[in-house]
Amino acid sequence: MSGSLSPALPAEARQAPVGAPRRPRARWGDRLLYGYTWLVLLWLFAPIAVMIAFGFNDTKSKSNVSWQGFTFKWWGRLGDYPDLTTAVTNSISIALLATLVTTVLGTLMGIALGRYRFRGQGPTNLVMFAAISSPELVMGASLLSLFISLGVQTGYTTIVLAHVLFSVSFVAVTVRARVVGLDASVEEAARDLGASTWITFWRVTFPMILPGVVSGALLAFALSIDDFVITQFTSGATITFPLWIYGAVRIGVPPQVNILGTLIFAVGVVIAVINTVTSRRRT
Amino acid sequence: MRQKIAPYLLILPGGLWLLCFLVVPLVFMASVSTQEGDVVNGFVQTFHLANFGNALGEYKTQFLRSAGYGLAGTALTILLAYPVAYWIAFKAGARKSTYLLLVLLPFFVSFVLRTVSWKFLLADDGILLQPLKDVGLLPADFHVLQTTVAVIGGLTYNYLPFMVLPIYVALERVDPRVVEAAQDLYATRRDSFLRIVLPLSLPGVFAGVLMTFVPMTADYVNASILGGPANTMIGNIIQTEYLVNNDYPAGAALSFILMAAMLIGIFAYAKALGTENVLEAAAR
Repeated sequence: MSGSLSPALPAEARQAPVGAPRRPRARWGDRLLYGYTWLVLLWLFAPIAVMIAFGFNDTKSKSNVSWQGFTFKWWGRLGDYPDLTTAVTNSISIALLATLVTTVLGTLMGIALGRYRFRGQGPTNLVMFAAISSPELVMGASLLSLFISLGVQTGYTTIVLAHVLFSVSFVAVTVRARVVGLDASVEEAARDLGASTWITFWRVTFPMILPGVVSGALLAFALSIDDFVITQFTSGATITFPLWIYGAVRIGVPPQVNILGTLIFAVGVVIAVINTVTSRRRT
Repeated sequence: MRQKIAPYLLILPGGLWLLCFLVVPLVFMASVSTQEGDVVNGFVQTFHLANFGNALGEYKTQFLRSAGYGLAGTALTILLAYPVAYWIAFKAGARKSTYLLLVLLPFFVSFVLRTVSWKFLLADDGILLQPLKDVGLLPADFHVLQTTVAVIGGLTYNYLPFMVLPIYVALERVDPRVVEAAQDLYATRRDSFLRIVLPLSLPGVFAGVLMTFVPMTADYVNASILGGPANTMIGNIIQTEYLVNNDYPAGAALSFILMAAMLIGIFAYAKALGTENVLEAAAR
């Protein structure tokens, strides 16, 4: 707490005497800025609030858009749509599998890029930048072109493969940032004390880069479970949670979707808060 | 010796993955884009370059519309994001990370579900419009869905955090002593903002523009969920060609045109702003 407070304090302390004569006007501007920020934040929260609220809507029709009264009944009927349940379990298992592969590949890349100078580093960075910045639509379309040309049946496996593709660079970048910040002398000390390369890595290096690996893995999981565009192009007959929702839009999205969305939202927020609090404590 | 191969061994699995599934597919898409045929009889490579001309001719409107929506959405995200980023960077004090988390909160809801929630919210008989219609403030046939406003609004909503974050990072880096020096030299608040803070934060805006304009222009989810037939974007066409019509050559040609247009746009943008600025922004 105090760590994040201190850098802000001197700035304000310095500004105070300068701004003192025009204090009323400055305050008024700050208030306007504060109000504007909260208006934008409220706009950001509006659809989330609607999503959560309409999971409790006692709707009678297929289209869940007008408020009909409060009910808990949908919570007991989460499994009413078996294909929705399948879609959610698919989303979770794809995200877990993709995260596992992505984290291993991305961590290795991050270590290579952060630790060594080698020929081909430039092109590697360029390809990673392309993977992060190119539109999902183009990635999806080109992947499907590849699968069609080679006669590969799209489905579960191709989705996992595509998810690893678009998240591996994010993990590599996150881990690289951590590796660059490492103190090399700690590893040298371990080696001086007779530790082998292998032992040095697992007992010294890895624990130090672990926070980077964990945040990279969390990011990969979040990217995977949320992905729609590339998934749609590489899914074949396999359905994931976002694909199911998209398919249901025309006929009406049932309250079960709102509840599942709320649960995923809650888990995400809890993890993010834990992450913020623990990283604050670490520094 | 070992030191020399180590980085290559580490980079190999991930590098191969990127090569096989990012670079190679582009070659295959290029090949598909000049094929002829249909899904029943198969596609044959005939180097039919006319696919490009046909695609461009037939869907010029959608290309231009996508660019227009992308520009409008990007401009709106700047207007919305800049003051928010400024407030968080300079005024939020100890609660900075809390506010950043609040800005990122929508990301914890799936992109499709967020957009569907806007559809709930803006529905003709939904919780926003129906009460206003009931008291006579809006005509009974008033609607927001299926309009340009809804699509651009949805795009702006979905990509706003991508603009807030880079601007925040740039503002955060502004040395308060520089602002202090300006004020010591009798610069007004307005002048110290316009001549010191704003120019120093521009790399963040440039990065934000790249991070929002590209995905907005290629988006089809917002147009498909919130828009109507008159709001079809180029992404909708490509998605339909690939997944509904199974006309892969047309879809591939359109994707290539889109990609080329974006690359040219990005390079022109980089040239206009000075390559260093954009590279610096991109490097983050």
